[in-house]
Amino acid sequence: MTDTTLDRPAAATGAPLLQIRDLHAWYGESHVLHGVNMEVRAGETVTLLGRNGVGKSTTLRSIVGLLRKRTGTITFRGEDMMTVPLHHTARRGIGFVPEERGIFASLSVEENLYLPPVVAEGGMPVDEIFQLFPNLKERRNSPGTKLSGGEQQMLAMARILRTGTSIMLLDEPTEGLAPVIIQRIGEVLSTLRARGMTILLVEQNFRFASKLADRFYVMEHGQITHGFPVAELPAQMDMLHDVLGV
Amino acid sequence: MIMIFGIPVQALLGQLLIGLINGSFYAILSLGLAIIFGLLRVINFAHGAQYMLGAFVGYLMLQHLGIGYWPALILVPLVVGLSGAVVERFALRRLYDLDHLYGLLFTFGLALLIEGTFRYFFGASGQPYATPAALSGGNNLGFMYLPNYRGWVVVISFIVCIAVWALIEKTKLGAYLRAATENPKLVQAFGVNVPLLLTLTYAIGAGLAGFAGVLAAPIYQVSPLMGSNLIIVVFAVVVVGGMGSIMGAIVTGYLLGLMEGLTKVFYPEASNIVIFVIMAIVLLIRPAGLFGKEA
Repeated sequence: MTDTTLDRPAAATGAPLLQIRDLHAWYGESHVLHGVNMEVRAGETVTLLGRNGVGKSTTLRSIVGLLRKRTGTITFRGEDMMTVPLHHTARRGIGFVPEERGIFASLSVEENLYLPPVVAEGGMPVDEIFQLFPNLKERRNSPGTKLSGGEQQMLAMARILRTGTSIMLLDEPTEGLAPVIIQRIGEVLSTLRARGMTILLVEQNFRFASKLADRFYVMEHGQITHGFPVAELPAQMDMLHDVLGV
Repeated sequence: MIMIFGIPVQALLGQLLIGLINGSFYAILSLGLAIIFGLLRVINFAHGAQYMLGAFVGYLMLQHLGIGYWPALILVPLVVGLSGAVVERFALRRLYDLDHLYGLLFTFGLALLIEGTFRYFFGASGQPYATPAALSGGNNLGFMYLPNYRGWVVVISFIVCIAVWALIEKTKLGAYLRAATENPKLVQAFGVNVPLLLTLTYAIGAGLAGFAGVLAAPIYQVSPLMGSNLIIVVFAVVVVGGMGSIMGAIVTGYLLGLMEGLTKVFYPEASNIVIFVIMAIVLLIRPAGLFGKEA
C-alpha cells in the first residue's frame, strides 16, 4: 500500500512504528479478535473504523496490554510487546486514552494531569497544555469527575501528551459529546497531527475521523477487512456505506 | 469537688484520657486496615497479629540485642513492614484474582499461625516492657494526674495519623495510591508499577500495626493475645468509619475511644459493647459507614 497523502513535514516513512500480525484476543472464553493485521508508521494518524462490537476497543486494549489473553505479534519500534509487563508499555512510548476516559474521582484535575509518569523527553509542557485546553487551567483544583464529558476527554488526552509518549491510542474520543466539543477535539487532534504526533484513533463517528486520518482500516468481526489511504476515500465510500452504514 | 451529671470531674477526665489513649491505638490500627482494604481489597485479619508482632519484636530487641525503645520505634515498623511485604509478594498476590473472601481467610489463618507460634514460645501470659526513662513519671495537671508516657502516646499517634493522611492526600505517591484504588489496571497502563505499589501499601499497613505494637508495649503487657483482643474492636471502628476511608478511620478511631471512655463513667456495664452497638446502629442508618461513599 503506498501512501500518497503525506503533505505534512513529519512524513510517515520507513519501518512501521507499530506492527500487529495475526492478533487474536479473548475476553474469558469469548474469542473477540480473529487475526488482526495492521501497522502504524511514525507521524501517521491512522483511524480504525467499524461498527459497535467488532473489536476496535479490544484491539487497542490488546496493544496496551490491558487485555492479556492474546496471541500473535505486536511489535513496537521493533520490540516484541507480547511479554512486556503492563506497566512497561507506557514507558516504551505507548500512551492510552481509554473510551471511558478514566478520570480519577479522588484526584484533582491537576493531579490527574500529573499522574502518568513522564516516559520520554519532548512531552508537552503544562503551560502549553493549558493553552491548548484553557478549561483545564481554570478548573485545575476541581475534582476530576466534576468536569463535563468534553473536559474529561480533554484531560484524558492532555495527561498523555505531557508524558512524551511516541504514539497516542485514542478510543472513541467523541463518544457522547456535543458537536461543538467534538469540533474542538478535532482541532486539537489536527494540531497534534501537524506537530508530528503519531495517533491511532478508534472512531465510529466517520465524519469526524474522515477529516483527520492519513489512513483508514476497516474492521469487521474481529478482523481488518480493508485498509486504504485518505486519497482513496472517495473510491471507498460505497464499501464504507455498506460496512458502516455511513 | 466539681461534679458533672453527678460524676466527679476527675473521674470523667481520667476516663476520657483512657478513651483517648485507646482511641489512639484504634486510629493507627484502623488507618492501616483502611489503607490495605482501599487498595488491595483485602480485609487484613492478620492486623492484630502484626500489632502483637510489633510489640514482641520490640521486646525481643530489648531483651536480646539491647536495642531500646527509641530505636525500636523506628526499627520495629520496618521489620514488621518488611515481613508484610514478604507476605504480600509471595502469598496475598496470588489471591487477588479470586473472591475477596480468600484474602480474608488467608490473613485469618496467618494471624492464627503467628499467634500460635508466639503462644508456643512465650505462653499466654504477658511480658513487661519498661517505660523509657525519658517518659517515666508524670505531671499533675491540677484536675488530674497525666503519666508522661500516655501523653506521649496521644501526641505521637496523632502526628503519625496526620503524617499518613498527608502522605496519601498530598503527595505524588498518595495520588498513585488513590488512583490505583479506583482503577489499578489503568494506572498500571500509564506506567506506574502497581504490583510494587500493592506490596508497599501492605507493608505500610503492617508497619503501622507494628508501630502501634511498640507504642503499646509499655502500657499493656506484651502478650501473644494482645492483638486478637483488640482487632475485633478495630474492625468495628473501620466499619463505622467506612471501609477504605482514610480520614474516616482516624476520626472514628478517636471518637469511639472517647465514647468507650464516657460509657465507662456513666454506664460501666456497657463499656465493652458500646462500640458494637454504635456499629450496629451506623450499619442500619448508613451502611457505607460515617465517612464512606454510598455505593
